Amino acid sequence: MPAIVETRGLTKVYGDGTEALKPLDLDIEEGEILALLGPNGAGKTTLISMLCGLVSPSSGQARVGGHDIITRYRDARALIGLVPQEIALEPFQKVWDAVRFTRGLFGQGRDDAHLEDVLRKLSLWDKRRSKVNELSGGMKRRVLIAKALSHNPRVLFLDEPTAGVDVDLRRDMWNMVADLRRDGVTIILTTHYIEEAEAIADRVGVINHGELLLLEDKQALMTRLGRKTLRIELRRPVEAVPGGLSGYDLELAEDGRSLSYHYDTQGEGTGITALLQDLSREGLALRDIHTRQSSLEEIFVDLVKGEDA
Amino acid sequence: MNWQAVGAIYRYEMARFFRTIAQSFLSPVLSTSLYFVVFGTAIGSRINEVEGVSYGAFIVPGLIMLSVMTQATTNASFGIYFPKFIGTVYELLSAPVNFFEIVLGYVGAAATKSLLIGMVILATATLFVDLTVLHPAAMVAFLLLTCLSFALFGFIIGIWARNFEQLQLIPLLVVTPLVFLGGAFYSISMLPPGWQTVTYFNPVVYLISGFRWAFFGTSDVPVALSLLAIAGFLLLCLAVVWAIFRTGYRIKP
Repeated sequence: MPAIVETRGLTKVYGDGTEALKPLDLDIEEGEILALLGPNGAGKTTLISMLCGLVSPSSGQARVGGHDIITRYRDARALIGLVPQEIALEPFQKVWDAVRFTRGLFGQGRDDAHLEDVLRKLSLWDKRRSKVNELSGGMKRRVLIAKALSHNPRVLFLDEPTAGVDVDLRRDMWNMVADLRRDGVTIILTTHYIEEAEAIADRVGVINHGELLLLEDKQALMTRLGRKTLRIELRRPVEAVPGGLSGYDLELAEDGRSLSYHYDTQGEGTGITALLQDLSREGLALRDIHTRQSSLEEIFVDLVKGEDA
Repeated sequence: MNWQAVGAIYRYEMARFFRTIAQSFLSPVLSTSLYFVVFGTAIGSRINEVEGVSYGAFIVPGLIMLSVMTQATTNASFGIYFPKFIGTVYELLSAPVNFFEIVLGYVGAAATKSLLIGMVILATATLFVDLTVLHPAAMVAFLLLTCLSFALFGFIIGIWARNFEQLQLIPLLVVTPLVFLGGAFYSISMLPPGWQTVTYFNPVVYLISGFRWAFFGTSDVPVALSLLAIAGFLLLCLAVVWAIFRTGYRIKP
């Protein structure tokens, strides 16, 4: 199956010389949820803006649903829904009119049933006659999402959708994303919140300095890069790591009551068996042991730091 | 052609107009009535007929033009500037629409609004003076062309403006003086010869002259020249708008 979004050598250099996106080859499969992670100014929004038509590419090509975003922009854009990062809404418009406006803009005829469905799912139905400027910040964000869904997009871009939103909205949004995914909608979201990517994405891309550093299946990524830590709690504190254990990469906690051992689950052997044997040979009594897998956040920080170094 | 989008923009812009109905309709009606009271009745009673027409009636075409030009310009400029200012322009740019459809929606709405205002002023004028329109078809044509070309002109200003000050600047500093000096309240032939020559460089002279001809059959410049001038201005504005969308000037980095 061809990718629903493909870019080939897509770049953006702004007028002031800023290279916002280095040549990018990216394939996004239909129906997947792709999370793009990266610090501010990494190029995430530039990429989305180019695909949606807000920013002109400097070079390269991009296709959405097989349609070139420049030469067949109508076909390409008709498939796209965009929820921008900033809240941008006409303040005096009623919620219902705002959603209808977007549907019309995307060339679709009136469909009140669909709009009602969208508004109900986003808990906006009761507010449909309210003016936008009478709504709270969270509600305004819901309106932005409702507008983006008003024309049944096949590809939905969510640019930092949960930045500064309350727990309710975040939960609703994740539910909505799950629903859309069931309907086969492809979702590309940018986020600062690693837990968001971890919770809902199928694949994760990391962008920094306009470059896609990594793009991988989330599980595979976490397994591949996920180092595990074995924490060994001792019954009696020790002053230093016993000499017989110097062959292991061990960290002694300050209070001398626990040892941390880092290992790679993908390695030939984890070394745990040998370590445990050596621990008992050294006469250390164990109170407890537990293991912990590093989160996406740690992976992300490592990657971005490595880049900056 | 994405007619749904044109309709959506047009309806949205017209809704904005009717939402602020007092400001949209009452203010031009009130200011026109004031002009009639001051110029038509108070001062006009001391002025003889101008080119065979009572002074009160003589200023009607100029007054309509003054309102139509400023309203078309300010409405269209605000219409496209506001989405830029509040950020909702992202929707226009990401929608499957081309520049022609966007312009048609915004400029069409601004032209409609100014046309409505022009009609209201004309209706108001009949309450104060006796009016007969000699060439009704030509009058409508001149009015339509003026509404359309000045709405386009306003659209360009709205794209160009980076702040509200710039948005106000052109209508205030350019359009209003040109209309006042373009023979809205007097016949060019009443000026000294030197100033007459200067006046012929004012494009608005041709519009007001042609429009007045449609009412009374008299004009400062030949009617064909008037039509040519308004057509030229319309084409110039179209060319600039086309260039704006080609290059993404001030809307698309």
